[in-house]
Amino acid sequence: MAGVGSACLFAGLLTALYAAAASLYGARSGRREVVVSGRRAIYCLAGLMVGATAVLQSAFLRSDFSYALVAEGSSTDTPTFYKATAMWATQDGSLLLWALLLSVFSSTVLFLTRRSLREIAPYATAVLAVVAGFFLLLMVGWENPFGTLASPPAEGSGLNPLLRHPAMMIHPPMLYTGYVGFAIPFAFAVGALITRNTGADWIRATRKFALVAWTFLGTGIMLGALWSYTELGWGGYWAWDPVENASLMPWLFGTAFLHSIMVQEKRGMLKVWNVFLIIGTFVLALLGTFLVRSGILDSIHAFGASTIGVQFLVFIALVIVGSTALVISRLPHLRSEARLDSLLSREAFFLLNNLVLVGLCLVIFWGTFFPLISEAITGTEASVGPPWFNRLTTPLALVLALLMGIGPVVAWRRITPAGLRRALMWPVLATALVLVALLALTSSAERPLAQLMFCLVAFVLAVVVQEFWRGAAARRTISGDPWPRALSRLVARNRRRYGGYLAHAGLVVLFLGVAGSSAFLDQRDVRISPGERFTSGGYSITYLRPTATLGADRAGTGAPITLGAVLRARDKNGKTFLLRPSRNFYPTQDGSKGAIGRFFEGEATSEVDVRWGLRRDVWTAVRPDISALDGPIREANAKFGDASGDVQAVVIAAIVERYRRHAPPATFRAIVSPLVSWIWIGAGIVVLGALIAAWPSPEARLRRARSLYAARLGRDLRAEAS
Amino acid sequence: MEYAAALIVLLCLVAFVVVWPLLRGEGSPAPDEGAREELEAAKEAKYREIRDAELDLQMGKLSSTDHRAIDRELRGEAIEILQRLDELERVTPGR
Amino acid sequence: MDPSRKRKLRLVVALGAALILAGALIYTSFSASTEASTPSEVVASADPGRSYELTGKVAKDSVKRDDDRLRFVIADRDGAGSVPVAYAGVVPDPFREGREVIVSGEMKSGTFVAERDSLVTKCPSKFTKEKTASIGG
Repeated sequence: MAGVGSACLFAGLLTALYAAAASLYGARSGRREVVVSGRRAIYCLAGLMVGATAVLQSAFLRSDFSYALVAEGSSTDTPTFYKATAMWATQDGSLLLWALLLSVFSSTVLFLTRRSLREIAPYATAVLAVVAGFFLLLMVGWENPFGTLASPPAEGSGLNPLLRHPAMMIHPPMLYTGYVGFAIPFAFAVGALITRNTGADWIRATRKFALVAWTFLGTGIMLGALWSYTELGWGGYWAWDPVENASLMPWLFGTAFLHSIMVQEKRGMLKVWNVFLIIGTFVLALLGTFLVRSGILDSIHAFGASTIGVQFLVFIALVIVGSTALVISRLPHLRSEARLDSLLSREAFFLLNNLVLVGLCLVIFWGTFFPLISEAITGTEASVGPPWFNRLTTPLALVLALLMGIGPVVAWRRITPAGLRRALMWPVLATALVLVALLALTSSAERPLAQLMFCLVAFVLAVVVQEFWRGAAARRTISGDPWPRALSRLVARNRRRYGGYLAHAGLVVLFLGVAGSSAFLDQRDVRISPGERFTSGGYSITYLRPTATLGADRAGTGAPITLGAVLRARDKNGKTFLLRPSRNFYPTQDGSKGAIGRFFEGEATSEVDVRWGLRRDVWTAVRPDISALDGPIREANAKFGDASGDVQAVVIAAIVERYRRHAPPATFRAIVSPLVSWIWIGAGIVVLGALIAAWPSPEARLRRARSLYAARLGRDLRAEAS
Repeated sequence: MEYAAALIVLLCLVAFVVVWPLLRGEGSPAPDEGAREELEAAKEAKYREIRDAELDLQMGKLSSTDHRAIDRELRGEAIEILQRLDELERVTPGR
Repeated sequence: MDPSRKRKLRLVVALGAALILAGALIYTSFSASTEASTPSEVVASADPGRSYELTGKVAKDSVKRDDDRLRFVIADRDGAGSVPVAYAGVVPDPFREGREVIVSGEMKSGTFVAERDSLVTKCPSKFTKEKTASIGG
């Protein structure tokens, strides 16, 4: 079956090339049937990619180790859920995922626009086909996921245990949905530029795709942060690591894009800026995909660590050069239709927000690529760490929060200073109250920046609540509805606006969590024996007893050995709860460690235990010291090296029990982070807001309302026109 | 040779799907259908803008003088779109 | 002020702000950065008191735990030079002999004394990197 999979890829490459050629020829010669043929080729491509994915997935689920990829990334003892998701843990598999998502999304958008955008769609098809072709070329030429092994091993290497976490498994598809999703507006923007059709048509057709892509990308980023917090042993959620930054940068540009397209739709301004933003978003998405694979930022000499790094760079360079040339050649058609009347207008605030977002992206870009930049400029490679990133991004985040508060209150074109004062009066008052409360009741004054963020969060939330309130009140004066109905109809009629406000609210709640947890956390690393205790963040934590179990991995990742601890935490009021951090040990295939030793010398992962809370989290991790077991393990290797599996299991059980009886001091890390849960809650609210904004209005009801309104408007306008 | 066989089969399938419209000749939907959809979308967007401006006025964000000016401008643009839609109807009567 | 002068003024202000940001970026990054080195480089020519980011492979049989500290030897990728490291802090899960690591710190009388929690281990076959780092703030 691997041959079928490979054939799907090669056929896909040819199909993509045909799609591009047919669309271009059909567009230039005006022959519609050729354009239709090109579009159908994209549908075929989607079918081929689905077929190829099905072949690969079935190989994973069957644990068919004749496939090199399955042998490398899965094993018979990998739980089924992780078998199904192991495909995108590998480089080749993730290229296939990209191609699959791109072809399916392209098919969807082309189907939806098959009757409209007659001029633009063929060029957009060609662009999408070329991008898909690039990924297919990578697979066909260099990284074929269907490579087979001449002598398949009896057992695979197994999925890296660190990746055996539900969040980590949905994280890549989410990110890729985001990256691929932004390819759609990019393709249509290029089509619009080529056909000099630079109005808002291409934006209207692809706006929902951009919004959905943005939501998925943001969710993917948050899942990565959640994974870092709950799976890795350091207890943080963001380290300004290059792979993290690689996904954040396109998201920032995408956020700017979502805002500024509204300005083009409403006022015909910022056309050049919009095109620049979507090209930038797409390039950053490609860069993000590339960065994670290339290894160029981990070490100076690792450029050759990936076999496809150079190809990616060439492709990205071509996209940048080609798009820039296109934009420059079409500049006359990208003139603004209106000018900025006043700084106190929504347009101006959107522009400001864009500048801050792009500035933020620039800072992150600079810091991420600094090793390469510094080497180019000074000859020595240097890098900057989290403190630098935090120092530069914090002020920008504060400004962004402020803009999120004032922006919604400002109207399009112009708001008078008096109008602004009136609109901001209550929110400012509420913020002042919050500030007083903070000063009086908490010690947040110790961290002025965090306190400032808390005030801004209160400000933005007050503005959002006021917007909902006033909007519903305005509806009530017309329709006389009761409050709940007025509110729901308000949101239903103005989904974009109120969904957006909700997203703002969610984002500042996220900022609240970040500010609280980073400024006020209390971290303690200790090395203690059973019975001893330590304090952290107002909790007194006692090491009650060690634990050692076989095959009882709580997280369901299939670990044979789990060593851990039971901790009891007591808070200031005397309430207690238990925490059970542990460490999973996975066997290695490396024979040199000994038949018994290999169970202790393979990969090991921290299984942290967190007590979640709205006010604070108590996070604990343990690192059991197994050096004391070295002696018994060596003995066991010698005596039972050739014994049967059952005997070895009993021996391992005995050794593990020995740990439990005579545990040496273990190393613990305990972190008490205030408000950290609000990060996840805030992200959820953002997604809810995005859903509301993207939700298609129920056609029938809206058509009725619209047709009534439209009829009235139509009558008015015709009366005015005649 | 599983690969070669599969490749030939797949390419034949794709060719079939893709060549079909070429054989059938002229593309199916009327060329102006696309223009109508675009104009309808632009019309809806313009109506939404008019409504947004009304909401802004009711919520006190826009002064009534500003709203009058904006409303007049938007309605003028809406009229243009309606006129273009009418022209389209006239050129391709019925459906 | 007539509209075009207003616009020019805004442009100047915007460009000024951009320049300030760019200046802050450049200045802070060059002054706050740590230089990347290999073990042989750091043994040969390290300035004492200056912080470096050391990249290399953990040498075989060199990992020892003594109380709170982890001691191991980092060797060049090609095995040319090596330097002993004393590290305190969280050890990332993939840390193992033969793996590539990155650690920040200073040279002190022949031993590389690492900053707390600055040890980063590269995952061998997968393309994601596991990390520990100190949380800002």
